[in-house]
Amino acid sequence: MIRQIVLPGTFLAEAGSKKAGKGTFIENDAIYSARLGILEERGDYINVIPLSGAYEPSIGDTVIGIVEEAMRNAWLIDINAPYPALLGVEESPWKINYGETAKYLKAGEMVIAVIARIDEARNIELTMKSKPCRKIEDGFIIEIQPTKVPRVIGKNASMLSVIKKYTGCWIFVGQNGRIWLKCPDERLGLAIEAIRKIESEAHTVGLTQRIEKMLRDRNG
Amino acid sequence: MGELIKNGIRVDGRKPDELRRIKIEAGVLYRADGSCYLEWGGNKILAAVYGPREALPRHIQDPTKALVNARYNMASFSVQERKRPGPDRRSTEISKVTSEALEAVIFTELFPRTTIDINIEVLDAEAGTRCAGITAAAVALADAGIPMRDIPVACAAGKVDGVVVLDLTREEDQEGEADLPIAIAPRSEEILLLQMDGHLTYKEFEEAIELAIKGAKQVSKLQKEALMRKYKKVE
Repeated sequence: MIRQIVLPGTFLAEAGSKKAGKGTFIENDAIYSARLGILEERGDYINVIPLSGAYEPSIGDTVIGIVEEAMRNAWLIDINAPYPALLGVEESPWKINYGETAKYLKAGEMVIAVIARIDEARNIELTMKSKPCRKIEDGFIIEIQPTKVPRVIGKNASMLSVIKKYTGCWIFVGQNGRIWLKCPDERLGLAIEAIRKIESEAHTVGLTQRIEKMLRDRNG
Repeated sequence: MGELIKNGIRVDGRKPDELRRIKIEAGVLYRADGSCYLEWGGNKILAAVYGPREALPRHIQDPTKALVNARYNMASFSVQERKRPGPDRRSTEISKVTSEALEAVIFTELFPRTTIDINIEVLDAEAGTRCAGITAAAVALADAGIPMRDIPVACAAGKVDGVVVLDLTREEDQEGEADLPIAIAPRSEEILLLQMDGHLTYKEFEEAIELAIKGAKQVSKLQKEALMRKYKKVE
């Protein structure tokens, strides 16, 4: 079964009857969809949950970033967003002397960080002074479409629990679509397969049961 | 009647208001954020969208909106006489008008300082490539999750042997009297691109526009079906 899919320009409702939520726009007293996504009615609001699209950073998001450059006083980090992100030395968990940033984080290395500030010019500032933040030293990283992240986590982390249960993997999901996995055995492949399946079927209903069934059948 | 239309039937068997065979598939490339493969008559087009992403070099960024950068290119093997690789004046022109047509429907203010890159690759050309290109690019943009007011669509009309016809073939384009490609936002019928080659009376011009808009709306249905089809197939 599939929820209702709408396209850019699809008419959703008259502007008087509902409020225009995420992914919509108003034109001539009518609400239309701006994105290719799933129609969701939440109280008075009509939202369109996008099925694809770039990661849109929000303050407070926990992300997995790849260091692009170690500068004198900060690192330039790629967080899979249309805008560059900066991690200043004062926001890192280490005490760093000027110019010694590369000793702690080099280009190509990965970190878990939190988005602390986004200014009017959309420059992003990260911090590593929050709980889950750390440098990533081992494990496996995959990238999925950021719009599918909520589905991979599931309601109350239900989907993640199912994957962890049948693969024994430790999984950390970044809001920017990057996922860090640490698996004790070859079931890493199974975990990745499950995540990819969720990514491609995110718009369907009954997905958690289907994933659980697939993992159970393959676990024998 | 001359050679191109005989008893109201064109060289390829179509009636004056009939479109060529069109096939559209969304989401065909893995690396691109959005993509589309489209066949229109003998045309084969591949469109890929990347973005929104940081616009570099820094000085080209627009602090108020995203840049829409469409690049139309014909593969060397797409035409009978090998086309030298690289942009020429025609490709540059088509790239420009395509960028402008697409920019008109994209909510560019949502992504300042970024660029939305659209690559339109013509693999096989048979008249009407710019219309096919815009149509494919529109599907790729929707596939990429770029917010838009509508899904733009393009179609050409023209005049052949004194008759206003829809969707010219290569022969009709070369031997005919006029070629009029248009692109519209189908919901409002707002014109996003309008070009003309040849001669038309004012009355013929209006007839051709009306015919092209009708044709474009039929193609619009196919674009939407292609996007829906991508999400309908589930094991």
